[in-house]
Amino acid sequence: MAVAGQQSRASHSFTLPDLDYDYGELEPAISGEIMKLHHTKHHQTYITNFVKALEQLEQAEKDGNAEAIVKLQGAINFNGGGHVNHSIFWKNLAPSKSGGGEPPEGKLASAIKDEFGSLEKLIAKMNADGAALQGSGWVWLGLNKDLKQLAVQTTANQDPLASKGLVPLLGIDVWEHAYYLQAWTDYKNVKPDYLKNIWKVINWSDVSSRYEANL
Amino acid sequence: MSKKTLEVHWGKHQRGYIENLNRQIANTPFEGYLLEDIVKISYNRGSPQPAFNNAAQAWNHDFFFTSLKPGGGKSPTGEIAELIDKQLGSYDNFVKEFKLAAASQFGAGWAWLALKEAKLVVEKTPNAINPLIWDHIPLLVLDVWEHAYYLDFQNNRPDYVSTFLEHLVNWDIVNARLDRAKAFMNWGEPDWDLFDKDADILTYEEAGIDVVEDSS
Repeated sequence: MAVAGQQSRASHSFTLPDLDYDYGELEPAISGEIMKLHHTKHHQTYITNFVKALEQLEQAEKDGNAEAIVKLQGAINFNGGGHVNHSIFWKNLAPSKSGGGEPPEGKLASAIKDEFGSLEKLIAKMNADGAALQGSGWVWLGLNKDLKQLAVQTTANQDPLASKGLVPLLGIDVWEHAYYLQAWTDYKNVKPDYLKNIWKVINWSDVSSRYEANL
Repeated sequence: MSKKTLEVHWGKHQRGYIENLNRQIANTPFEGYLLEDIVKISYNRGSPQPAFNNAAQAWNHDFFFTSLKPGGGKSPTGEIAELIDKQLGSYDNFVKEFKLAAASQFGAGWAWLALKEAKLVVEKTPNAINPLIWDHIPLLVLDVWEHAYYLDFQNNRPDYVSTFLEHLVNWDIVNARLDRAKAFMNWGEPDWDLFDKDADILTYEEAGIDVVEDSS
């Protein structure tokens, strides 16, 4: 039974979050050009397509079209995952004047020491795993809530870390779009250099908050 | 496709795959193998060995660069054109399918026109995978990893795909690949009606062919 004036449940719920800093403020680690494209084009496209897929899902549900419902899962996971992951990513970053790059303190710092030996070792592991990732994906510091243990894990494409049973604390985008415009100019070794330099703008206080909120 | 893109794509990415592969296979049984064989063997039925990624990417990129030509693109002529019309409906239909495959490959990958058991198929593969592992015969490929189009098109993959189809496709090499594929395909029974039943059958002598008598 059609209800006049009924609004699609998806249409107003997902919008591009604002950044807490200007596009150029993460330089030289990440260029302003990349930040602007990454935010206004890539992330926005994920949201646009996510909303579209959700609208199609709603229609398929109304039509009782099981095949269409299943078929839409790919687009929903991919675009929804892209939205979730990038929303975390923007918060994980901060310009140095706002604390970006300052090492973690408190509970997270001890947990890192316990699990990995030192912050340097954690960074080395994330860089190695990120560099070794083939194709597109993310490298994460995550929390296993049951074991209360930190773990480094990679995900492919836009699979969210939740798909590996971990709570995302810190995610580094290693899709080529995350660094490609700086490639071959600022970064001679592309991905490894990007990974090496991104630590200068990691917002550890955001990572800490996520950690403590999930203990 | 800008000069800068090719300099980086061919000069850095492809060079990297090849150099890394050479390092990987040095002093191993793979040394001396044909690249295509390394790809198929190292795929290992879905549990790829370490060499697979570099080997497959090296193969894919070589196939890609040779699939391009300046002033190429638009609808083909020759046998591929006939086959497209016969098996994919029309060139426009091929374009539609190819654009869809290229756009819907989430993340990194490749869009292909290939032969699957003597039938044309448009397909897509993720990351380094290619249709060789399914025993298909690739005819044309488009790289849809972001590095292939990012400098020229940023996130606008659809425009990159259109540009490829309209200006860069090397249909000559597709026809050549199709020709070569015939040696590997079972095309079924020939159409006997095409044979000229009234043609004279010549003796070797009449045809001017020297036959050496067997002396035994």
